[in-house]
Amino acid sequence: MIWELLRKRLYQLVLVAWGVGTLTFVLMRSLPGDMAYRIAASRYGQDNVDSAAAELVRQELNLDQGWLSSYVNWLFELLQFNLGNSLVSGLPVSETVLHQLGHSLLLAGFGIALSICIALPLGTWSAKKGGLVNSIMVWFSTCTRAMPVFVLGLILILLFALEWPLFPVAGFGTWQHLVLPSITLAISLAAVSNRVVYGSVRRVLRSPFYQFSRVKGLSERQTFFRHGMRNMAVPIVAFIGIQLVSVIEGIVMIESLFSWPGVGHGLAHAIFARDIPVIQGCALTMGVLFVVLNGIIDLLCYWIDPRGEQEQ
Amino acid sequence: MIKSLSLNQKLGLTLLLGLFAFAVLVGGFSPYTIDEQNLSIRLITPNSDHWFGTDHFGRDMMTRLASAIVLSFSLGVFCVLTSSILGVTLGVCSAWAGGRVEQSLDVLVNILLALPGLVLVLLLSAIAPGSFVVLYFAISLVQWVEYYRVTRAITRTLMDSPERQVSVMMGFGKWYQFKRHIWPAISSSVFTMAAFGGANAILMMASLGFVAVGIQPPLAELGLMSVELFPFYVEAPWVLMQPLIVVALLVLGFHLLAGASRESLNSTH
Repeated sequence: MIWELLRKRLYQLVLVAWGVGTLTFVLMRSLPGDMAYRIAASRYGQDNVDSAAAELVRQELNLDQGWLSSYVNWLFELLQFNLGNSLVSGLPVSETVLHQLGHSLLLAGFGIALSICIALPLGTWSAKKGGLVNSIMVWFSTCTRAMPVFVLGLILILLFALEWPLFPVAGFGTWQHLVLPSITLAISLAAVSNRVVYGSVRRVLRSPFYQFSRVKGLSERQTFFRHGMRNMAVPIVAFIGIQLVSVIEGIVMIESLFSWPGVGHGLAHAIFARDIPVIQGCALTMGVLFVVLNGIIDLLCYWIDPRGEQEQ
Repeated sequence: MIKSLSLNQKLGLTLLLGLFAFAVLVGGFSPYTIDEQNLSIRLITPNSDHWFGTDHFGRDMMTRLASAIVLSFSLGVFCVLTSSILGVTLGVCSAWAGGRVEQSLDVLVNILLALPGLVLVLLLSAIAPGSFVVLYFAISLVQWVEYYRVTRAITRTLMDSPERQVSVMMGFGKWYQFKRHIWPAISSSVFTMAAFGGANAILMMASLGFVAVGIQPPLAELGLMSVELFPFYVEAPWVLMQPLIVVALLVLGFHLLAGASRESLNSTH
């Protein structure tokens, strides 16, 4: 069972690497102009490019071979984690991306943790109260999730950085810089997940086994911790897995908005500058991050409920 | 059709129709164009000439908003149509044929699912920045997978059902079987997915515009407009608010129209 899960994720990892590699290869090939000249320009500077320099690069990198062999080469380089150098800064891509990955993980971790801190109490509360509280929560979540992440972030910036200057607008350095980006991510995630918490808690509270444990004389508290928690947790943790797409997409938008030096910011910049090795590195990192996080969620679900996913 | 909608769905439909009517009317009657600059009247407050004020180049905001709404709507509709038709067709075929067809489609779906949608759209849009067609192609490519998975899961349970077996034995054609047995079972899910798909397509275009790799200036696009107008929030907060509010209204309209929650789709398979 557990190996089955891991094998599936490993298979996905291979697919991610192949997919990103192929797409960026197509990208490289579809750029206008002679590749040898472009690489020479990035190596020696725009003013020092002549046909001799371009020829040297062509010879050295075997650029005049057919597309098939260069495609195989391209994938082979990828297999060896040789991502090349940035066309803009000239720095090795793997170093840059690794550096960015740390920042992104920090933001994603804080965002997810905060969103759980928001969604759990709100969802449980509206499941226990029901009625008016729940209706208000439904409308509140609907309106919040209608706002794109960047609108949410802009509103937070306008309110808490410009109107009342509590936190810095953008950038990176102190812990204050982390506050607004992670709150933005957390709110956008919690707007959806509090409804899932609500559904899960309600299902358990109304279930026969829960009612029975109350009837047999356990207190509310005991019942909740003994019979409630674990049963509620599975769908909620599984939903965090489904939400990972929103996390990664949110990271791209939020990092660009707050100039947070993470992978998403790097990806958006690289696409703007058409810096293909960096595009490849960033997209690959995001894909791998996505698959690995999914794998962790799988393991968590398995740990909470070793019977496996009943729904599937 | 209209009667079967819930109150929230009617509200969503009204919101969308209202926005669309606004966009078409303004587009038809406005005396301005989206790229007509007049620097002497930049960032003015709403008045009788410019009902929504002007932006930092003195362009009429109402005309630009209308054009942006039309752009968002057309992308949303194109993407929903393409991805739903493709996804439903392939989903039904895959469940119906099984075997090789299903396996090879599964590999394709796994590749697409292994990358977050926005990253894939960003990658593809890097091939031709600012191209509406590439954006449309990329978003449809990401979105058909959901239709495929849900349709296949539902169809698979129907394939062996007694009622369909009877239809087969009575010699009804494939199209009849689809229309009679499969479509009624999947139509409500497809509708919900389509509404969310419309919202998502609009969100993605706005997101790409916001990080400046989507539709390029001087075209009006909601995400692009918000990022262009952000530096002027002190002088003209009302101008910055407009694209933000419109994006939120568009997405809200589609979400309300969807009716059921998106999470309810995941429990069906």
